[in-house]
Amino acid sequence: MAQTKPKSRSNLAKAKDAGKASSALPSSLNSEDLIDIFTRMVLARTTDERIWALNRQGKVPIAASSQGHEAAQLGSLLAAEKDGDCFLFPYYRDLALKMSAGLTPTEVMLSFMGKAGEPYSAARQFPLQGADLPNKIIQISNVVSAGLTQATGYALGCKMLGEGTVCLVYFGDGGSSQGETHEAMNFASIHDVPIIFICENNRYAISVPQAQQMAIDDISSRSAAYGFPGFVVDGMDLIQCYEATHEAINHARTQGPVLLEMRVERFMPHTTDDDDRRYRPANEVEEARKLDPIITLANVLIEQGALDQEQVDGIKAQAQQAINEATDAAEAAELPDVSTINDNVYAT
Amino acid sequence: MAVMTVIEAVRDAIREEMQRDSRVFVLGEDVGQRGGVFLATQGLIDEFGPSRVLDTPLAESSIMGIALGAAMRGLRPIPEVEFADFVWPTVNQLIGEAARTCYGTNGAVPVPLVVRIPYGGGIRGGLFHSQNVETHFFHTPGLKVVAPATPFDAKGLLKSAVRDNNPVVFLEHKKTYRLVRGEVPEGDYTIPLGVADVKRQGTDITIVSYGLTLHYCLEAAEQVSGESVSVEVVDLRTLTPLDTETVLESVKKTGKLLIVHEDNITGGVGAEIAALVAEQAFEYLDGPISRLCGPDIPTMPFALNLEEAYMPDTEKVVQALRKLAAY
Repeated sequence: MAQTKPKSRSNLAKAKDAGKASSALPSSLNSEDLIDIFTRMVLARTTDERIWALNRQGKVPIAASSQGHEAAQLGSLLAAEKDGDCFLFPYYRDLALKMSAGLTPTEVMLSFMGKAGEPYSAARQFPLQGADLPNKIIQISNVVSAGLTQATGYALGCKMLGEGTVCLVYFGDGGSSQGETHEAMNFASIHDVPIIFICENNRYAISVPQAQQMAIDDISSRSAAYGFPGFVVDGMDLIQCYEATHEAINHARTQGPVLLEMRVERFMPHTTDDDDRRYRPANEVEEARKLDPIITLANVLIEQGALDQEQVDGIKAQAQQAINEATDAAEAAELPDVSTINDNVYAT
Repeated sequence: MAVMTVIEAVRDAIREEMQRDSRVFVLGEDVGQRGGVFLATQGLIDEFGPSRVLDTPLAESSIMGIALGAAMRGLRPIPEVEFADFVWPTVNQLIGEAARTCYGTNGAVPVPLVVRIPYGGGIRGGLFHSQNVETHFFHTPGLKVVAPATPFDAKGLLKSAVRDNNPVVFLEHKKTYRLVRGEVPEGDYTIPLGVADVKRQGTDITIVSYGLTLHYCLEAAEQVSGESVSVEVVDLRTLTPLDTETVLESVKKTGKLLIVHEDNITGGVGAEIAALVAEQAFEYLDGPISRLCGPDIPTMPFALNLEEAYMPDTEKVVQALRKLAAY
């Protein structure tokens, strides 16, 4: 019997359209929103690049880059912010999301250097892992998709308390293979839990390509097996990510879970400890960078007349300045007090 | 005072805590209409409804992950793992995540949950319905571990566990459920976690135990009292936090220590107590620290004689006491 083999899927097919995106604004967004989110995106990218450089200087032990994932992370974040009653369970590659949710550049640098004042875990955990409750974020661990059932439980808890909170939980294509992902989606659907499963699909689980992770093209199609809607979203297009999340929030709050597969590109190796030249085709990243969400969003803003090139350059220069100052501040900061090592093993 | 079984005491504790605090809810396989395989949650669905007595899919990892997430939101879930043997799929959420959440968020996210786990053997359960799992949780900082032996302790400790702001592993020995009866006072009372109980006073030998084997120790102590051996029996009740003070105080008085548990001997709770006493009460010892524990096999086999060979029992405790008394 003839079998249809899954096709290898690539965003590169769209590379010829690089720099173009949906430029018509949804009614709930105005150009100030876009300028603001663009500014935060540039700041996150600048931070991400600096962290990588600091790793090579031996000042940051480990980092996972979100370069290439920014539109997915910030588009969904913007929708959550606009909604005002969302709680986020990101995963380890969500630097842009966590930073843009409300951390200062200095806090981020303290986190990556493991210094006193680290906002997520007091520097017990990998950078930006733990909790940032003021910004409504929890991410406990590096076990991929462990956060999916936790977020489902959190959202269930909100529902039991009669609250309207919607949870957004993030994971990668790699995490989609975990049994926990199945268990979370199954349970969430049974109980109409107000949750959005956001899969940032960059087609690589560290080195293993999608075709060796699953025999299907669309991770979003799995939602059908649980009885809730799933969509593929162009994860390189901030406005699409915003719109899809905005709609998903409304659906989740009233009807239950949604799966959004945001197709993104991973511009950097898995982490600072990885060398992706061992497993990625030579020009793949170069081609992917033509879809850079920063370029795309800058073009939209210029096209709309919201910004000119000079202003775009100014935003980038400001980000550099902010990161320079943050790096200096974090380098000068103290390490955590060793006497705190036993603190908070147990809650009182 | 009413006389009741361990399972009745557990059920009463859950019901009263659910009445007291609307954030408390139970979830697990068969906990709803079925009332749990051991009937620990019998009738609760009628009183509290299906959203607070939540029948889950047959998927232990998500039972724990969902309980953890709900606890993060400030609810006080009581997930049930049907048998300890099925706890292994939850281990990532319990040991990997829940135990590390408070520390890993520097105290920002406490985890007030109690996972109830029927455990232990002597009930012809074979390899997958007889396991002792306590050592894995005992080894894990961030968890509290409770293992009561009597109805009175089970109720008072379970209430404290529900009110605690940390993940508590609450181990209920299956064989005690209906075998052990005892007086339980009417109304609300709690027993603090981390406080052992001297169940029998004595002067010659200290036995430290918990759970089902505690009862064998009490029977054995009674038996050797006719041989002029006075045995003190310490019921740990809580494994974490461990009441080191009560253990040390007793050993300093008697000079001899026998540790009895059903779990495998190597690296078990008894090994830690032996180390504790060797370090902090060495000069008080008049005999070797002794252990009567399960052998190092994966758990008790199904055949009756093999199961009996595994299980500590009253006669084995008597033999161990006589040996120690001879020093």
